[in-house]
Amino acid sequence: MSRFKAYLRALGAIVWKDLAAELRSRELLSSMLVFALLVILIFNFALELDIKARDTITAGILWVTFAFAGTLGLNRSMASEKDRGCLDGLLLAPVDRSAIYFGKAIGNLVFMFIVEIIVLPVYSVLYNVNLFQPGLLLVIFLGSLGYVAVGTLLATMAVQVRTRDILLPILLFPLALPVLIASVKASNGFLQAIPLAEIMPWLNLLIVYDIIFTAIAFMVFDYVVEE
Amino acid sequence: MNEKPRLLKILDILTLVLILVAAGLVFFYAPVEKVMGLVQKVFYFHVANAWVGMLGFTVAAVAGGLYLWKGEKKWDIAGLAAVEISFVFFLIAIVSGSIWARPAWNTWWTWDPRLTTAAIVELIYAAYLLLRQGVDDPDRRARFSAVYAIFGFISVPLTFISIRLMRTIHPVVVGSSDPSAQGGFSMIAPMKVAFFFSLFTFSVFFVDLLWHRIRLGRLQDKVEQLRWGNHRI
Repeated sequence: MSRFKAYLRALGAIVWKDLAAELRSRELLSSMLVFALLVILIFNFALELDIKARDTITAGILWVTFAFAGTLGLNRSMASEKDRGCLDGLLLAPVDRSAIYFGKAIGNLVFMFIVEIIVLPVYSVLYNVNLFQPGLLLVIFLGSLGYVAVGTLLATMAVQVRTRDILLPILLFPLALPVLIASVKASNGFLQAIPLAEIMPWLNLLIVYDIIFTAIAFMVFDYVVEE
Repeated sequence: MNEKPRLLKILDILTLVLILVAAGLVFFYAPVEKVMGLVQKVFYFHVANAWVGMLGFTVAAVAGGLYLWKGEKKWDIAGLAAVEISFVFFLIAIVSGSIWARPAWNTWWTWDPRLTTAAIVELIYAAYLLLRQGVDDPDRRARFSAVYAIFGFISVPLTFISIRLMRTIHPVVVGSSDPSAQGGFSMIAPMKVAFFFSLFTFSVFFVDLLWHRIRLGRLQDKVEQLRWGNHRI
């Protein structure tokens, strides 16, 4: 039991470190946010979001925005570890390696949630749709979880590669496709008030994806940070 | 090591003979399909190509798992070999599928589960190769690509399922058939012979190429070791 407690403490310390660093510099969240708003702005002109178009593609726009902003955040959060040699410090610390993975993943997830929580009302105001529905929030939670679970592991790999800034999206998008498809479909279902029975397959797919990929990332993280 | 093994020489010749026989079966033995005509002949090699593409994907994931478990260089070489070969075969499968789809579906491409999944697999192969290119340290490169191959192997079925939940028009010729599929047909005996012979031929072809590529990989590894060795001293 005490070992489990120590594990949780290590995990908490890593999450806290990320949040505290972000609270002081605010460089990651601010760039993610501005980027997310810019993506929405571009969509507005590229797709001419009139009322008819809006109904069917809101879910798609939201998820593309989250995915792009998420990639930015994942890249930055691992790159800052690598650049200042913090990653080596973390690896030297006498804690289980998986605590580092889960700590970083939770930190990334929190950043993604914050961006989403700000983007949602802005989008609601701009386009006069109510996005604060419990179903939609659940989808956003599950989708972000799967995205970050895979993204954190791949970002850890990408920062150790020569072409790191351009590599993460190339590695991540083909693997995260099931999450994006299921999230868009489920979000769309909730926004269009489709019966729950028809949305359930997508939610199930999201849950399955989250569990499988969190488990595998947990198993292989050691090999990714090994020196 | 440098001498080409006799078994490989035999396999080379066997592969060549099999390909010639398979081509002969496809063009002269199997009858022309009634509705689609000659273009249906694409099907025999198209499925065989796609089969090799998926086979290589599986081999790469298994090799990746074995590398992480045992840490032996040969599994890394085998994984890369499988991905490189399958990358080419899958591309041929996609292109030949498009050639068939144009007359059968009246379009080069649709966003059907099989087609989309094929495109995703091809992109995962490309990402795998790009990932390898960016890492200089051979040990790290091997670990990263093993992890990525495993991730890809697990995500692809999920991608397939997720697109399957929408509708499909791709015909299922072997096994069950869906009435909404377009361009399907039932195979008569000579067609089946040509089809399964093509599958067998391409599997042998794959093994032959894999063997050659692994030999090449070993040589590359040797060169790399010599180069790194010189730099270090």
